[in-house]
Amino acid sequence: MAGTITRPPEPRAEAAAELTRFDAVERVVHWVNAVLFGVLLATAAALYVAPVSAAVGRREVVKTIHVYAGLTLPFPLLLGVLGRWGRALRSDLKRLNRWIPDDRRWLAVRLRRRDFPFRASQDVRLGKFNPGQKINAAFTGGAIVVMLATGSIMRWYKPWPLSWRTGATFVHDWVATILVIAITGHIYLAVSDPAALGAMWRGRISRSWARRHAPRWLEEAESTD
Amino acid sequence: MEKGPPDTPAAPVPAEAGGTPVGRRVVLGMMGLAAAGVVVGARVQDVVARLLAPVEAADRTGLTSLIPGSGRFRIYSVVGYLPHRSAAEYRLTVDGLVGRPLTLTLDDLRSMPATHLVKDFQCVTGWRVPSVPWTGVQLATVLETAGIKPEAHALTFTSFDGAYTESLTLDQARRPDVIVAYAMDGNTVAREHGGPVRLYVAPMYGYKSCKWLSRITATPQVEAGYWEERGYDVDAWVGRSNGRDDHPTS
Repeated sequence: MAGTITRPPEPRAEAAAELTRFDAVERVVHWVNAVLFGVLLATAAALYVAPVSAAVGRREVVKTIHVYAGLTLPFPLLLGVLGRWGRALRSDLKRLNRWIPDDRRWLAVRLRRRDFPFRASQDVRLGKFNPGQKINAAFTGGAIVVMLATGSIMRWYKPWPLSWRTGATFVHDWVATILVIAITGHIYLAVSDPAALGAMWRGRISRSWARRHAPRWLEEAESTD
Repeated sequence: MEKGPPDTPAAPVPAEAGGTPVGRRVVLGMMGLAAAGVVVGARVQDVVARLLAPVEAADRTGLTSLIPGSGRFRIYSVVGYLPHRSAAEYRLTVDGLVGRPLTLTLDDLRSMPATHLVKDFQCVTGWRVPSVPWTGVQLATVLETAGIKPEAHALTFTSFDGAYTESLTLDQARRPDVIVAYAMDGNTVAREHGGPVRLYVAPMYGYKSCKWLSRITATPQVEAGYWEERGYDVDAWVGRSNGRDDHPTS
């Protein structure tokens, strides 16, 4: 961002010094999801972690909030994807889904070096999202489906074999545990890259950030300038 | 696919177009794993609980209880708070069809012959805590002291949470593994576990073991308790009720 300040005020560069990373729909979906996940985790703690259960009590109320927040969870994403307004979100979901050889190389290098938080590297050229973000998106998407299904079996257990209730609880608990770890990591990495976090808040990000972290995306964006 | 008006620029082709759909595979893989987990999870959970049991026994931090499938208690309360009564304030009333209605203090209970049990605690929702040490008075001893009248055939238990009730037939209540418990895990029964005094019905699902026990009433016949009015079995033998096939606890 410092680079953009010293650049002479050339009208075109001024206008395009930043790229749109997330449109309004994507940002709204993200933050509504964030709030719902917050409610789900807080109520889950009150149901599951003994000291919190003991302090909060009110099992019926907490359970009801948890169930309704869970049932609401898929809707922001579905509404965002399905509407005419969902073009950017659909396009980003496609990007998150697809892996190019550079993604694999990037991940292999990170896992070998174990450097956290991940730094940009010269030898790979990534698109709009890095493989960590892709894994996080896929896991979170899968988790929403799995938690909805297992949570529903736990809540409406009558039609199913009884061992399924125990099995569903088992899966729900384990996926929740991994979600806590994933969300903690997600927040940590977002906070350690304020520009990326800012893009989820304001929607825009500098070209210099894109050059470092997402060169293929920058190329794409410049090809349509 | 997306045809905009002719004067809008074509959407850029994402750099990832044509890449491997790893994301989709992750999502589908998770769904498959989860489905398998729902079907066999009950058995896996038993194994996890057994493997974790020695670790938990040695763990003083309580952190292992956060591991899903680990065999520790989950704290349930049907009211919006954890009821509290100090050891000094505590009273147990025995009334109804009895010859001598009683009001017992904690010391009264402690002065009666003590029974020690080490038994698993099985919840009807699936979790099981292995080998919990309990100390208390056999319910049969309390009933004998109160003198049950011949027309009584059942008992109703009332919790001082103000909402919970439970029931047993007299035959069930007189089993030696049914106790009025005042110690658990070597300490006084903690508030979240139903202290200072709770019922412990070893051979039945946890909901029969009325927490925060304040009153025992002898009745002519069984009156359904809190969860029994909400569909749970009245005769709640572990492994032989509520459609479950758990290993018996006693």
